[in-house]
Amino acid sequence: MTTFKRPLRVLLAKLGMDTHTVGVTVIGHALREAGMEVIFTGLKQTPEMVCAAAVQEDVDVVGISTLSAGHTRSLPKLARLLREAGAGDKLLVAGGVIPEEDKPILEQAGVDRIFTMGSDTRDIVAYLESWWAARLAEDAA
Amino acid sequence: MLQGAADVAKRLLAGEVGAGARAIRWLDDRDPRGAEVLAAIYPQTGRAQVVGVTGPPGAGKSTLTDILVAEWRKRGQRVGVIAVDPSSPFTGGAILGDRVRMSRHALDPGVFIRSLGTRGQAGGLSRSTQDACLIFDAMGYDIVLVETVGVGQDEIDVVNLAHTTIIVAVPGLGDEIQAVKAGLMEAGDIFVVNKADRDGYDATHRQMELMLHLRAQAVADLRWDVPLLRAAAAKGEGAEAIVDAIAAHRSFLDQEGDFANRSRLRAREQVLSLVRDALAARALAMSGDAILQQVEMRRLDPYAAADRILSALSEKSAAA
Repeated sequence: MTTFKRPLRVLLAKLGMDTHTVGVTVIGHALREAGMEVIFTGLKQTPEMVCAAAVQEDVDVVGISTLSAGHTRSLPKLARLLREAGAGDKLLVAGGVIPEEDKPILEQAGVDRIFTMGSDTRDIVAYLESWWAARLAEDAA
Repeated sequence: MLQGAADVAKRLLAGEVGAGARAIRWLDDRDPRGAEVLAAIYPQTGRAQVVGVTGPPGAGKSTLTDILVAEWRKRGQRVGVIAVDPSSPFTGGAILGDRVRMSRHALDPGVFIRSLGTRGQAGGLSRSTQDACLIFDAMGYDIVLVETVGVGQDEIDVVNLAHTTIIVAVPGLGDEIQAVKAGLMEAGDIFVVNKADRDGYDATHRQMELMLHLRAQAVADLRWDVPLLRAAAAKGEGAEAIVDAIAAHRSFLDQEGDFANRSRLRAREQVLSLVRDALAARALAMSGDAILQQVEMRRLDPYAAADRILSALSEKSAAA
């Protein structure tokens, strides 16, 4: 049995109008297997809805799946809303169909990490775990 | 950005969502700052009606919660929702998916939804559920709705927590009575047969009626007439009558002095469970491992081992 102490909490949401949930579901289960608490928000979320849920759930990580374009507007907006809500310290991660040329725009707007199509779930888990370990060490110091 | 426990307590009392959310996180993680916040806000609690919603997996508890919240909002009441889902006993991970069905309330400032994993606790709730209720209560939510994990036959911890417990049953689970065995049937203040548009509704309703009738005959206390209501939550049907019944139950509790009684019972349960946990931790730290080893090797039976640990504890506190 595990000791249940400070598991990483991750909000997974889909921004925009598409209804492709396979990717986000697979990632959710991979994170759960890695001992994380994964909160799903459902489909067709706006940046405002995701921000409100992230604050209410006090998650550490906000993971966005986007497959329907529009992400160069919606993701920067979400990053700004989180900062305005005093939740700018949450890790913002995006995945899905994101063209190479959009990456700098998103990174500059406050998206911390982008996983494009074909990313290995193990890499995502490893990235989150090392980020979390660093954050916990920071808090303890 | 949020500062220490005193700052969080002050801000959540002013209704700040981020502060309430952080307090619940601390309590859920058993961060000592959580207890500090709780100490500061506790005098401001005791007003909210805690409503438990429980029933077997797939009964539609989240969808029912969604329509109840909408109905309360229509009546101008502010609602906190605590939605509990199971944590894996092996990895500690959890999928918390109840929000998905409540998406339309996401931007309503009168609704605060929080998902919790059970984190190793049996009984249908997490250890922190009661703490989260207190936080919502202190933030001024009129109703705190607690949606349990899908329960089997006796995971009814929510009864010790809630002022009003709603049992949700549903047609088509085979032997309907399986879903509402002893504990559940005796526990509810309000019964709802959800998915009433489905085949088998009449049979389920009849069986529930019979069970409630038998319960009424067995129980001497008939002051509260347990209502049996129908809902088709996915179609938005049934919320009005259920919310009416919840309000009626609140008036009943207030009249009979039972609201205070149930609150007292709840406080007692929480204090006792904290004492139990602390004692157990202390006992194990003191002498546990050696004694447990003896039990494992069959040199000592479990009862004798417990006795030995307890007398060692009381000797220690007598010496102190």
